[in-house]
Amino acid sequence: VIEDVAVDPAGCIGAGQCALYAPEVFDVHDGVAHVLDATPGAHLHDAVLDAADACPVQAVLLRLRTPPT
Amino acid sequence: VSAGLHVAVVGGGLAALRAAEGVVAHDATARVTVLGAERAAAYARPPLSKAVLAGATDGGELAVRRRPQHQDRITLRYDAPVAGADLARREVRLLAGGTLAWDALVVATGLRPRRLDVPGPSLGRHAVRTLPDVLELRAALARARRRVVVVGAGVLGCEIASTLAAGGHTVTVVDAGTTPMERALGPVAGERVLGLHREHGVQWCPRTTVAACTGKDAVDGVVLSGGAELPADVVVEAVGSTANTGWLDGSGLDLSDGVLADNHLLVGGRPDVAACGDVVRFPNPLFPGVLRRVEHWTMAGETARRAALSVLDRPPGRPATGRHGSPGAAPFCPLPYFWSEQHGLTLHGLGMTDDADDTLELERGPGGHVVYGHAKGGRLVAVTLFGLASRLPHYRELLLRALVPGRA
Repeated sequence: VIEDVAVDPAGCIGAGQCALYAPEVFDVHDGVAHVLDATPGAHLHDAVLDAADACPVQAVLLRLRTPPT
Repeated sequence: VSAGLHVAVVGGGLAALRAAEGVVAHDATARVTVLGAERAAAYARPPLSKAVLAGATDGGELAVRRRPQHQDRITLRYDAPVAGADLARREVRLLAGGTLAWDALVVATGLRPRRLDVPGPSLGRHAVRTLPDVLELRAALARARRRVVVVGAGVLGCEIASTLAAGGHTVTVVDAGTTPMERALGPVAGERVLGLHREHGVQWCPRTTVAACTGKDAVDGVVLSGGAELPADVVVEAVGSTANTGWLDGSGLDLSDGVLADNHLLVGGRPDVAACGDVVRFPNPLFPGVLRRVEHWTMAGETARRAALSVLDRPPGRPATGRHGSPGAAPFCPLPYFWSEQHGLTLHGLGMTDDADDTLELERGPGGHVVYGHAKGGRLVAVTLFGLASRLPHYRELLLRALVPGRA
Protein backbone atom coordinates (compact mmCIF):
# COMPACT_ATOMS: atom_id res chain seq x y z
CA VAL A 1 0.00 0.00 0.00
CA ILE A 2 1.33 3.40 -0.94
CA GLU A 3 1.07 5.76 1.98
CA ASP A 4 2.72 8.79 0.51
CA VAL A 5 3.96 9.98 -2.88
CA ALA A 6 6.55 12.71 -3.29
CA VAL A 7 9.04 13.96 -5.85
CA ASP A 8 12.60 14.78 -4.85
CA PRO A 9 12.83 18.39 -6.04
CA ALA A 10 16.63 18.34 -6.08
CA GLY A 11 16.76 15.19 -8.19
CA CYS A 12 13.90 15.78 -10.62
CA ILE A 13 14.99 16.73 -14.16
CA GLY A 14 11.49 17.10 -15.59
CA ALA A 15 11.73 14.17 -17.99
CA GLY A 16 8.03 13.54 -17.46
CA GLN A 17 8.12 9.76 -17.26
CA CYS A 18 6.04 9.84 -14.08
CA ALA A 19 3.30 11.93 -15.68
CA LEU A 20 3.30 9.53 -18.62
CA TYR A 21 2.59 6.49 -16.45
CA ALA A 22 0.42 8.14 -13.79
CA PRO A 23 -1.05 11.39 -15.15
CA GLU A 24 -3.62 11.43 -12.33
CA VAL A 25 -0.82 11.65 -9.77
CA PHE A 26 1.98 13.62 -11.46
CA ASP A 27 2.11 16.69 -13.62
CA VAL A 28 5.20 18.27 -15.16
CA HIS A 29 5.35 21.99 -15.61
CA ASP A 30 8.12 24.59 -15.39
CA GLY A 31 10.60 21.77 -15.89
CA VAL A 32 9.83 19.77 -12.76
CA ALA A 33 7.31 17.16 -11.70
CA HIS A 34 4.58 18.09 -9.25
CA VAL A 35 2.53 15.67 -7.20
CA LEU A 36 -1.17 16.18 -7.80
CA ASP A 37 -2.27 13.52 -5.35
CA ALA A 38 0.08 12.44 -2.56
CA THR A 39 -2.28 9.74 -1.32
CA PRO A 40 -3.67 8.20 -4.49
CA GLY A 41 -6.41 5.58 -4.38
CA ALA A 42 -5.60 1.89 -4.66
CA HIS A 43 -6.59 1.80 -8.34
CA LEU A 44 -3.64 4.11 -9.08
CA HIS A 45 -0.97 2.25 -7.11
CA ASP A 46 0.28 0.13 -10.01
CA ALA A 47 0.62 3.22 -12.17
CA VAL A 48 2.56 5.02 -9.42
CA LEU A 49 4.95 2.08 -9.04
CA ASP A 50 5.44 2.03 -12.81
CA ALA A 51 6.17 5.74 -12.67
CA ALA A 52 8.80 5.14 -9.98
CA ASP A 53 10.39 2.36 -12.08
CA ALA A 54 10.53 4.60 -15.14
CA CYS A 55 12.05 7.69 -13.54
CA PRO A 56 15.57 8.07 -14.95
CA VAL A 57 16.89 9.70 -11.79
CA GLN A 58 14.93 7.79 -9.11
CA ALA A 59 13.26 11.01 -7.98
CA VAL A 60 9.85 9.47 -7.31
CA LEU A 61 9.80 8.88 -3.57
CA LEU A 62 7.27 6.43 -2.17
CA ARG A 63 6.49 5.45 1.37
CA LEU A 64 5.14 1.93 1.25
CA ARG A 65 3.40 -0.09 3.88
CA THR A 66 3.13 -3.84 3.45
CA PRO A 67 -0.27 -5.05 4.53
CA PRO A 68 -0.37 -7.87 7.09
CA THR A 69 -0.80 -11.21 5.37
CA VAL B 1 -13.42 -25.57 -6.76
CA SER B 2 -11.21 -24.51 -9.67
CA ALA B 3 -7.53 -24.56 -8.85
CA GLY B 4 -6.94 -21.60 -11.14
CA LEU B 5 -4.47 -21.15 -13.92
CA HIS B 6 -0.82 -21.85 -13.13
CA VAL B 7 1.57 -19.53 -14.96
CA ALA B 8 5.31 -20.20 -15.02
CA VAL B 9 7.47 -17.12 -15.53
CA VAL B 10 11.02 -18.06 -16.46
CA GLY B 11 13.45 -15.30 -15.54
CA GLY B 12 14.17 -13.23 -12.46
CA GLY B 13 14.50 -9.62 -13.52
CA LEU B 14 12.09 -6.70 -13.67
CA ALA B 15 10.15 -8.10 -16.63
CA ALA B 16 9.62 -11.44 -14.89
CA LEU B 17 8.41 -9.82 -11.69
CA ARG B 18 6.07 -7.39 -13.44
CA ALA B 19 4.67 -10.17 -15.62
CA ALA B 20 3.92 -12.23 -12.53
CA GLU B 21 2.25 -9.27 -10.86
CA GLY B 22 0.27 -8.57 -14.02
CA VAL B 23 -1.10 -12.11 -14.05
CA VAL B 24 -2.32 -12.13 -10.46
CA ALA B 25 -3.69 -8.60 -10.74
CA HIS B 26 -5.86 -9.46 -13.74
CA ASP B 27 -6.95 -12.98 -12.88
CA ALA B 28 -8.55 -13.57 -9.51
CA THR B 29 -7.49 -17.21 -9.19
CA ALA B 30 -4.26 -17.55 -11.18
CA ARG B 31 -1.06 -18.61 -9.43
CA VAL B 32 2.42 -17.80 -10.67
CA THR B 33 5.81 -19.41 -10.15
CA VAL B 34 8.78 -17.21 -11.02
CA LEU B 35 11.99 -19.12 -11.75
CA GLY B 36 14.96 -16.76 -11.55
CA ALA B 37 18.49 -17.85 -12.37
CA GLU B 38 20.15 -15.12 -10.32
CA ARG B 39 20.63 -15.41 -6.61
CA ALA B 40 18.92 -12.12 -5.87
CA ALA B 41 15.44 -10.68 -6.25
CA ALA B 42 14.84 -8.37 -9.21
CA TYR B 43 16.85 -5.18 -8.96
CA ALA B 44 17.31 -1.99 -10.93
CA ARG B 45 20.05 -2.39 -13.54
CA PRO B 46 20.43 1.19 -14.84
CA PRO B 47 22.47 2.32 -11.79
CA LEU B 48 24.96 -0.56 -12.15
CA SER B 49 27.21 1.22 -14.65
CA LYS B 50 26.76 4.56 -12.89
CA ALA B 51 26.21 4.89 -9.12
CA VAL B 52 27.17 1.31 -8.23
CA LEU B 53 30.33 1.29 -10.33
CA ALA B 54 31.22 4.71 -8.96
CA GLY B 55 31.04 3.26 -5.46
CA ALA B 56 28.19 5.53 -4.37
CA THR B 57 26.15 2.47 -3.36
CA ASP B 58 26.63 -1.25 -2.87
CA GLY B 59 23.33 -1.92 -4.54
CA GLY B 60 21.38 -2.73 -1.39
CA GLU B 61 18.61 -0.32 -2.26
CA LEU B 62 18.34 -1.34 -5.89
CA ALA B 63 15.69 -3.98 -5.25
CA VAL B 64 12.64 -3.40 -7.40
CA ARG B 65 9.55 -2.47 -5.42
CA ARG B 66 7.01 -5.26 -5.46
CA ARG B 67 3.28 -4.79 -5.84
CA PRO B 68 1.90 -5.70 -2.45
CA GLN B 69 -1.38 -7.05 -3.82
CA HIS B 70 -1.87 -10.78 -4.31
CA GLN B 71 1.75 -11.65 -3.53
CA ASP B 72 0.39 -14.77 -1.81
CA ARG B 73 -0.32 -16.19 -5.26
CA ILE B 74 3.23 -15.56 -6.50
CA THR B 75 6.01 -18.02 -5.65
CA LEU B 76 9.45 -16.53 -6.24
CA ARG B 77 12.26 -19.02 -6.66
CA TYR B 78 15.78 -17.63 -6.97
CA ASP B 79 18.90 -19.49 -8.01
CA ALA B 80 16.58 -21.74 -10.02
CA PRO B 81 17.86 -21.81 -13.60
CA VAL B 82 15.80 -23.68 -16.14
CA ALA B 83 17.42 -26.31 -18.38
CA GLY B 84 14.68 -26.96 -20.88
CA ALA B 85 11.03 -26.73 -21.83
CA ASP B 86 8.55 -29.15 -23.33
CA LEU B 87 5.87 -27.00 -24.88
CA ALA B 88 3.74 -29.97 -25.91
CA ARG B 89 3.57 -31.32 -22.36
CA ARG B 90 3.49 -27.81 -20.91
CA GLU B 91 6.38 -28.14 -18.51
CA VAL B 92 9.79 -26.68 -17.85
CA ARG B 93 12.76 -28.68 -16.63
CA LEU B 94 14.91 -27.22 -13.87
CA LEU B 95 18.68 -27.38 -14.08
CA ALA B 96 18.77 -28.71 -10.53
CA GLY B 97 16.39 -31.50 -11.53
CA GLY B 98 12.64 -31.89 -11.54
CA THR B 99 9.98 -30.33 -13.71
CA LEU B 100 7.30 -27.71 -13.27
CA ALA B 101 3.97 -27.98 -15.07
CA TRP B 102 2.20 -24.86 -16.34
CA ASP B 103 -0.98 -23.79 -18.08
CA ALA B 104 0.75 -20.72 -19.49
CA LEU B 105 4.41 -19.79 -19.85
CA VAL B 106 6.05 -16.35 -19.89
CA VAL B 107 9.62 -16.25 -21.21
CA ALA B 108 11.63 -13.50 -19.51
CA THR B 109 15.15 -14.94 -19.37
CA GLY B 110 16.86 -11.77 -20.55
CA LEU B 111 20.41 -11.51 -21.77
CA ARG B 112 23.97 -12.35 -20.91
CA PRO B 113 26.97 -10.30 -22.02
CA ARG B 114 28.71 -11.37 -25.18
CA ARG B 115 32.38 -12.01 -24.49
CA LEU B 116 35.42 -11.42 -26.65
CA ASP B 117 36.74 -14.54 -28.27
CA VAL B 118 40.42 -13.66 -28.21
CA PRO B 119 43.58 -15.38 -27.00
CA GLY B 120 45.25 -14.36 -23.76
CA PRO B 121 44.67 -14.55 -20.02
CA SER B 122 41.12 -14.22 -18.69
CA LEU B 123 42.05 -12.71 -15.32
CA GLY B 124 41.50 -8.97 -15.54
CA ARG B 125 38.73 -9.20 -18.13
CA HIS B 126 35.28 -8.11 -17.00
CA ALA B 127 31.73 -7.90 -18.29
CA VAL B 128 28.92 -5.87 -16.73
CA ARG B 129 25.43 -7.27 -16.50
CA THR B 130 24.73 -8.23 -12.91
CA LEU B 131 25.37 -6.64 -9.54
CA PRO B 132 28.07 -9.23 -8.69
CA ASP B 133 29.76 -8.39 -12.03
CA VAL B 134 29.98 -4.73 -11.06
CA LEU B 135 31.15 -5.35 -7.51
CA GLU B 136 33.91 -7.57 -8.92
CA LEU B 137 34.98 -4.88 -11.38
CA ARG B 138 34.91 -2.29 -8.63
CA ALA B 139 37.11 -4.44 -6.45
CA ALA B 140 39.64 -4.80 -9.29
CA LEU B 141 39.80 -1.01 -9.56
CA ALA B 142 39.75 -0.18 -5.88
CA ARG B 143 43.41 -0.25 -5.04
CA ALA B 144 44.83 2.31 -7.42
CA ARG B 145 44.27 4.37 -10.49
CA ARG B 146 44.20 1.92 -13.31
CA ARG B 147 44.62 1.84 -17.05
CA VAL B 148 41.29 0.58 -18.34
CA VAL B 149 40.40 -0.47 -21.86
CA VAL B 150 36.66 -0.49 -22.49
CA VAL B 151 35.79 -2.57 -25.54
CA GLY B 152 32.56 -1.45 -27.19
CA ALA B 153 31.02 2.04 -27.34
CA GLY B 154 27.36 1.22 -26.95
CA VAL B 155 25.34 2.85 -24.18
CA LEU B 156 26.87 0.53 -21.58
CA GLY B 157 30.46 0.98 -22.73
CA CYS B 158 30.05 4.75 -22.83
CA GLU B 159 28.58 4.86 -19.33
CA ILE B 160 31.36 2.68 -17.94
CA ALA B 161 33.99 4.87 -19.62
CA SER B 162 32.37 7.97 -18.14
CA THR B 163 32.12 6.55 -14.62
CA LEU B 164 35.69 5.23 -14.59
CA ALA B 165 37.16 8.43 -16.05
CA ALA B 166 35.39 10.39 -13.32
CA GLY B 167 36.92 7.96 -10.82
CA GLY B 168 40.40 9.00 -11.93
CA HIS B 169 41.25 6.01 -14.08
CA THR B 170 42.90 6.27 -17.49
CA VAL B 171 40.26 5.10 -19.94
CA THR B 172 40.53 4.11 -23.58
CA VAL B 173 37.50 3.00 -25.55
CA VAL B 174 38.03 0.60 -28.45
CA ASP B 175 35.10 0.33 -30.83
CA ALA B 176 34.42 -1.17 -34.23
CA GLY B 177 32.25 1.79 -35.22
CA THR B 178 33.15 5.33 -36.19
CA THR B 179 31.26 7.23 -33.49
CA PRO B 180 30.01 6.12 -30.08
CA MET B 181 26.53 4.66 -29.70
CA GLU B 182 26.41 4.45 -33.47
CA ARG B 183 23.33 2.27 -33.73
CA ALA B 184 21.27 4.30 -31.27
CA LEU B 185 22.39 7.77 -32.34
CA GLY B 186 23.79 7.80 -35.86
CA PRO B 187 26.90 9.83 -36.77
CA VAL B 188 25.78 13.41 -36.02
CA ALA B 189 24.55 12.87 -32.47
CA GLY B 190 27.39 10.38 -31.98
CA GLU B 191 29.91 13.15 -32.66
CA ARG B 192 28.38 15.06 -29.77
CA VAL B 193 28.98 12.08 -27.46
CA LEU B 194 32.50 11.71 -28.77
CA GLY B 195 33.22 15.36 -28.03
CA LEU B 196 31.88 14.96 -24.51
CA HIS B 197 34.13 11.99 -23.79
CA ARG B 198 37.18 13.72 -25.28
CA GLU B 199 36.55 16.79 -23.12
CA HIS B 200 36.75 14.46 -20.13
CA GLY B 201 39.97 12.78 -21.14
CA VAL B 202 38.65 9.51 -22.53
CA GLN B 203 40.82 8.19 -25.37
CA TRP B 204 39.12 6.74 -28.46
CA CYS B 205 40.15 4.07 -30.91
CA PRO B 206 37.39 4.02 -33.54
CA ARG B 207 37.07 1.38 -36.31
CA THR B 208 39.20 -0.92 -34.17
CA THR B 209 38.71 -4.30 -32.56
CA VAL B 210 40.73 -6.23 -30.01
CA ALA B 211 42.72 -9.09 -31.51
CA ALA B 212 44.26 -10.46 -28.33
CA CYS B 213 44.89 -9.83 -24.67
CA THR B 214 48.48 -9.95 -23.46
CA GLY B 215 49.94 -10.92 -20.10
CA LYS B 216 51.11 -14.01 -18.30
CA ASP B 217 48.57 -14.84 -15.59
CA ALA B 218 46.55 -11.63 -15.77
CA VAL B 219 45.87 -9.14 -18.50
CA ASP B 220 48.54 -6.47 -18.92
CA GLY B 221 47.42 -5.11 -22.28
CA VAL B 222 45.52 -5.63 -25.49
CA VAL B 223 46.60 -6.03 -29.09
CA LEU B 224 44.44 -3.97 -31.45
CA SER B 225 43.30 -5.04 -34.91
CA GLY B 226 45.87 -2.71 -36.52
CA GLY B 227 48.66 -4.40 -34.57
CA ALA B 228 49.23 -1.65 -32.00
CA GLU B 229 49.45 -2.60 -28.33
CA LEU B 230 47.74 -0.80 -25.49
CA PRO B 231 48.73 -1.36 -21.87
CA ALA B 232 45.78 -2.26 -19.64
CA ASP B 233 45.34 -3.32 -16.04
CA VAL B 234 41.67 -4.03 -16.61
CA VAL B 235 39.68 -4.81 -19.76
CA VAL B 236 35.92 -4.22 -19.70
CA GLU B 237 34.01 -6.01 -22.43
CA ALA B 238 30.83 -4.16 -23.42
CA VAL B 239 30.36 -5.74 -26.81
CA GLY B 240 26.66 -6.46 -26.71
CA SER B 241 24.53 -9.27 -25.40
CA THR B 242 23.24 -12.69 -26.25
CA ALA B 243 19.68 -13.71 -25.45
CA ASN B 244 19.27 -16.50 -22.91
CA THR B 245 17.27 -18.86 -25.07
CA GLY B 246 19.37 -22.04 -24.94
CA TRP B 247 16.76 -23.68 -22.72
CA LEU B 248 14.25 -23.34 -25.58
CA ASP B 249 16.47 -25.03 -28.19
CA GLY B 250 14.54 -27.76 -29.95
CA SER B 251 11.18 -26.24 -29.04
CA GLY B 252 10.52 -25.20 -32.64
CA LEU B 253 10.41 -21.52 -31.73
CA ASP B 254 12.25 -18.86 -33.76
CA LEU B 255 15.27 -18.08 -31.59
CA SER B 256 17.41 -16.31 -34.18
CA ASP B 257 17.79 -13.23 -31.92
CA GLY B 258 15.87 -13.64 -28.71
CA VAL B 259 12.39 -15.12 -28.92
CA LEU B 260 10.26 -14.06 -31.87
CA ALA B 261 6.76 -13.01 -30.82
CA ASP B 262 3.77 -11.48 -32.54
CA ASN B 263 2.51 -8.00 -31.75
CA HIS B 264 0.68 -9.33 -28.67
CA LEU B 265 3.98 -10.87 -27.51
CA LEU B 266 2.60 -14.37 -28.01
CA VAL B 267 5.18 -16.88 -29.18
CA GLY B 268 5.12 -19.66 -31.77
CA GLY B 269 1.50 -19.00 -32.69
CA ARG B 270 0.44 -20.33 -29.28
CA PRO B 271 -2.12 -18.65 -27.03
CA ASP B 272 -0.40 -19.87 -23.86
CA VAL B 273 3.22 -18.82 -24.37
CA ALA B 274 4.41 -15.20 -24.33
CA ALA B 275 7.73 -13.43 -23.95
CA CYS B 276 8.75 -10.09 -22.47
CA GLY B 277 11.72 -7.95 -21.50
CA ASP B 278 15.08 -7.85 -23.24
CA VAL B 279 14.59 -11.29 -24.74
CA VAL B 280 11.49 -10.64 -26.86
CA ARG B 281 11.73 -9.66 -30.52
CA PHE B 282 8.40 -8.28 -31.69
CA PRO B 283 6.85 -6.07 -34.37
CA ASN B 284 5.83 -2.58 -33.28
CA PRO B 285 3.29 -0.90 -35.60
CA LEU B 286 4.92 2.47 -34.85
CA PHE B 287 7.99 1.25 -36.78
CA PRO B 288 6.90 -0.79 -39.80
CA GLY B 289 9.59 -3.08 -41.12
CA VAL B 290 11.65 -3.03 -37.93
CA LEU B 291 11.60 -6.31 -36.02
CA ARG B 292 13.95 -6.41 -33.10
CA ARG B 293 14.52 -6.66 -29.42
CA VAL B 294 14.52 -3.42 -27.39
CA GLU B 295 16.85 -3.51 -24.40
CA HIS B 296 15.53 -0.41 -22.64
CA TRP B 297 14.69 -0.53 -18.94
CA THR B 298 11.18 0.91 -19.36
CA MET B 299 10.40 -1.63 -22.09
CA ALA B 300 10.73 -4.43 -19.54
CA GLY B 301 7.67 -3.25 -17.63
CA GLU B 302 5.71 -2.36 -20.76
CA THR B 303 6.22 -5.74 -22.40
CA ALA B 304 5.66 -7.59 -19.10
CA ARG B 305 2.22 -6.06 -18.61
CA ARG B 306 1.25 -6.94 -22.15
CA ALA B 307 2.62 -10.49 -22.01
CA ALA B 308 0.66 -11.15 -18.81
CA LEU B 309 -2.58 -9.98 -20.39
CA SER B 310 -1.93 -11.96 -23.55
CA VAL B 311 -1.49 -15.33 -21.83
CA LEU B 312 -4.53 -14.68 -19.67
CA ASP B 313 -6.65 -13.75 -22.61
CA ARG B 314 -7.02 -17.20 -24.07
CA PRO B 315 -5.79 -19.91 -21.76
CA PRO B 316 -6.05 -23.38 -23.26
CA GLY B 317 -9.52 -24.83 -23.07
CA ARG B 318 -11.16 -21.46 -22.71
CA PRO B 319 -12.61 -19.33 -25.48
CA ALA B 320 -10.76 -16.26 -26.68
CA THR B 321 -12.12 -13.08 -25.24
CA GLY B 322 -10.27 -10.72 -27.55
CA ARG B 323 -9.71 -8.42 -24.62
CA HIS B 324 -5.96 -8.16 -24.53
CA GLY B 325 -3.91 -10.38 -26.77
CA SER B 326 -5.06 -12.26 -29.86
CA PRO B 327 -7.47 -10.97 -32.49
CA GLY B 328 -9.69 -8.13 -31.39
CA ALA B 329 -7.27 -6.51 -28.99
CA ALA B 330 -5.71 -3.11 -29.62
CA PRO B 331 -2.22 -3.31 -31.12
CA PHE B 332 0.76 -3.00 -28.78
CA CYS B 333 2.57 0.22 -29.73
CA PRO B 334 5.06 1.18 -27.00
CA LEU B 335 7.28 4.17 -27.70
CA PRO B 336 10.85 3.12 -26.88
CA TYR B 337 12.58 5.39 -24.38
CA PHE B 338 16.01 5.18 -22.87
CA TRP B 339 18.21 7.46 -20.86
CA SER B 340 21.89 7.56 -20.15
CA GLU B 341 24.20 9.65 -18.04
CA GLN B 342 27.71 10.43 -19.19
CA HIS B 343 30.11 12.98 -17.71
CA GLY B 344 27.28 14.65 -15.84
CA LEU B 345 25.10 15.10 -18.91
CA THR B 346 21.79 13.26 -19.13
CA LEU B 347 20.90 11.91 -22.52
CA HIS B 348 17.44 10.76 -23.56
CA GLY B 349 16.39 8.79 -26.61
CA LEU B 350 12.84 8.37 -27.89
CA GLY B 351 11.79 6.14 -30.76
CA MET B 352 13.99 3.93 -32.93
CA THR B 353 16.76 5.17 -35.15
CA ASP B 354 16.97 1.96 -37.21
CA ASP B 355 17.56 2.83 -40.87
CA ALA B 356 17.25 6.56 -40.16
CA ASP B 357 18.86 8.37 -43.07
CA ASP B 358 19.00 11.93 -41.76
CA THR B 359 19.68 13.76 -38.50
CA LEU B 360 18.70 17.37 -37.92
CA GLU B 361 19.17 19.73 -35.01
CA LEU B 362 15.77 20.60 -33.56
CA GLU B 363 16.75 22.82 -30.67
CA ARG B 364 19.83 24.20 -29.00
CA GLY B 365 20.07 25.24 -25.37
CA PRO B 366 22.84 26.70 -23.23
CA GLY B 367 25.86 24.66 -22.16
CA GLY B 368 26.02 22.52 -25.29
CA HIS B 369 22.56 21.09 -24.68
CA VAL B 370 20.98 20.07 -27.95
CA VAL B 371 18.08 18.08 -29.39
CA TYR B 372 18.40 16.02 -32.56
CA GLY B 373 15.63 14.56 -34.70
CA HIS B 374 16.27 11.38 -36.68
CA ALA B 375 14.30 10.93 -39.89
CA LYS B 376 13.72 8.03 -42.24
CA GLY B 377 12.43 8.95 -45.69
CA GLY B 378 11.48 12.42 -44.44
CA ARG B 379 9.49 11.08 -41.46
CA LEU B 380 10.60 11.69 -37.87
CA VAL B 381 11.33 8.30 -36.22
CA ALA B 382 13.43 9.22 -33.19
CA VAL B 383 14.56 12.15 -31.04
CA THR B 384 17.74 12.40 -28.96
CA LEU B 385 18.08 15.01 -26.22
CA PHE B 386 21.39 16.00 -24.66
CA GLY B 387 20.25 17.69 -21.49
CA LEU B 388 16.99 19.66 -21.91
CA ALA B 389 15.10 16.88 -20.13
CA SER B 390 12.16 19.13 -19.44
CA ARG B 391 11.55 19.26 -23.20
CA LEU B 392 11.03 15.51 -23.28
CA PRO B 393 7.22 15.62 -22.95
CA HIS B 394 7.07 18.05 -25.89
CA TYR B 395 9.20 15.87 -28.13
CA ARG B 396 7.39 12.70 -27.13
CA GLU B 397 4.17 14.26 -28.37
CA LEU B 398 5.84 15.59 -31.53
CA LEU B 399 7.24 12.14 -32.29
CA LEU B 400 3.94 10.38 -31.65
CA ARG B 401 2.25 12.75 -34.07
CA ALA B 402 4.75 11.76 -36.72
CA LEU B 403 4.47 8.05 -35.97
CA VAL B 404 0.74 7.59 -35.42
CA PRO B 405 -1.38 8.38 -38.46
CA GLY B 406 -4.34 10.56 -37.60
CA ARG B 407 -3.09 11.55 -34.12
CA ALA B 408 -4.36 15.06 -33.44
